[in-house]
Amino acid sequence: MNAIEISGLQKSYSVGFFRKTEKVALKDLSLEVHEGEIFGYLGPNGAGKTTTLKLLMGLMFPTRGWAKILGKDIDDPLVRASVGFLPEQPYFYDYLTAAELLEYYAQLSGVPAKERGARARKMLERVGLAGSENTQLRKFSKGMLQRAGIAQAIVHDPKILFLDEPMSGLDPIGRREVRDLIQELHDEGKTIFFSTHILSDAETLCDRVAVLNKGELRGIGVVADLLADSGNKVEVVWQGSAATAAVCALNAECHTTGEIARAIVAKTMLDAAIDAIRRAKGNLISVTPVQTTLEEYFLKRIEQGATAGGNAKADSAVLEVKT
Amino acid sequence: MLARIGHIAYNTYREAVRDRVLYNLVFFALLLVGSTPLFGQISIGLERIVLVNLGLTSISIFGTVIAIFIGIGLVSKEIERKTLYTVLSRPVRRWEFLLGKYFGLAGTLAVNTFFMAIGFFAALLYLNHAFGRSDGQLLVAIYFIVLQFLIITAITLLFSSFSSPLLSALFAFALFFIGNFADDLRGLAGILKGTQHWLVMGLSYLVPNFGAMNVISQVAHEQAVSGALVLQNSIYALFYATAALSAAIMIFERRNLK
Repeated sequence: MNAIEISGLQKSYSVGFFRKTEKVALKDLSLEVHEGEIFGYLGPNGAGKTTTLKLLMGLMFPTRGWAKILGKDIDDPLVRASVGFLPEQPYFYDYLTAAELLEYYAQLSGVPAKERGARARKMLERVGLAGSENTQLRKFSKGMLQRAGIAQAIVHDPKILFLDEPMSGLDPIGRREVRDLIQELHDEGKTIFFSTHILSDAETLCDRVAVLNKGELRGIGVVADLLADSGNKVEVVWQGSAATAAVCALNAECHTTGEIARAIVAKTMLDAAIDAIRRAKGNLISVTPVQTTLEEYFLKRIEQGATAGGNAKADSAVLEVKT
Repeated sequence: MLARIGHIAYNTYREAVRDRVLYNLVFFALLLVGSTPLFGQISIGLERIVLVNLGLTSISIFGTVIAIFIGIGLVSKEIERKTLYTVLSRPVRRWEFLLGKYFGLAGTLAVNTFFMAIGFFAALLYLNHAFGRSDGQLLVAIYFIVLQFLIITAITLLFSSFSSPLLSALFAFALFFIGNFADDLRGLAGILKGTQHWLVMGLSYLVPNFGAMNVISQVAHEQAVSGALVLQNSIYALFYATAALSAAIMIFERRNLK
């Protein structure tokens, strides 16, 4: 069964003084997320990622289309007992302690009274906040709030997690810990739908990704397949500058550093390139397939979308690529 | 359903009682109520009247200020800080959230009024050294003040479900002020004619009739409040608060939380 089904989902607003101009925040979105997978929802800032999440959480109402979570319509509030949600840059009731916050959310999610205290403590420990149970949230740092946010999303043991930019505001160690936590939750069988504009996180974690820009879906699929589609080039490295001119003539991208030359050629031109190196008595060092990164795929889809929209200018997508 | 409303109400109450602003307001109210015997000494033979007037008016005004200033942030602060997102992404219906918020603030006001009433009766005891039979009527006046709070809280929640906190506060204070002169509006409508008569008459019935709930002067002069008025005001407050809350729910149910 699909964990999430979205069909023709659209959200538009009336803007301007007389509210006569229509702004489309999300356009005709259709996708399915399978049970038990980590699904990355990628896009630059303002692409419509948060709008999608708000529609799925019932915080906004779609202009058109429908969506189902675990086979139930998103309008049904009971479906949300099986859902955990972390909003982007969360801010919680700062007069509560971390334990009180989690107990409150556990109450609202219908966790039995006997289990709430233990569950709250366990979740705080799990996100690395053990020892901060009785600290008021007003004294928490941004990173601690993000962890508390993840804890509240999982306190009721949901089947599906919606995480909006879960790594934002975290330092490299924190991001690594959250990545590990997401992987752990996935191993427990939970479905995870997370939006991000940090592509390395998506590349590391996701089974499948969707790329969104300006409210439109630009691409969707298994990460490896998406990258394989565009990975039809190889990198050839050899010693001896005599072959450089012949290899570059094969429409390759060439770089020379002293006696070492490097060229990126199409796979179909590989035999011709090796023959040219042999003829010039060059010393072949390596032949490596070029692995396209998710970042390259992402940029390509965004640029394709911009061109299709009649805008030849490169999209000003804000990307963050971190390791 | 009831449990969720209860949890939200308790959390709203907890937020209010952990807010220092509330303590400042309650402290000033108690200070004013406690100092009323001093004002009474200025007016020979009128000590009790001055004390009752000043004490109960303080409870009413400070309670209204608390209701409006906390009420305007009940929804807007939750949206602004996105705390509402994590609540509504759970099996909580929007109307449950609003009712929880309403009962939480109403509970806070009831508790505050209780403590301010204790201060008021302590001041009265200090002045008279004993409670008289007519002092029981003071409880009726305090009950009417609580009814006013229930209405003003519902109105504030209605405004805050679609407007900014500043405008909500302005609207609520304006309505509180006009509501105290609802009877005068009806009198004005009586001397007007044609469309103006109907407009002013309509307005006088639309605004909450706080004038009918203000029996402070009456009880200060040890005049009894009729049982019929108690029943009438109770039903009126129930209906008015229910109507305002229903309107707030209707607006909030359709609102996109951007």
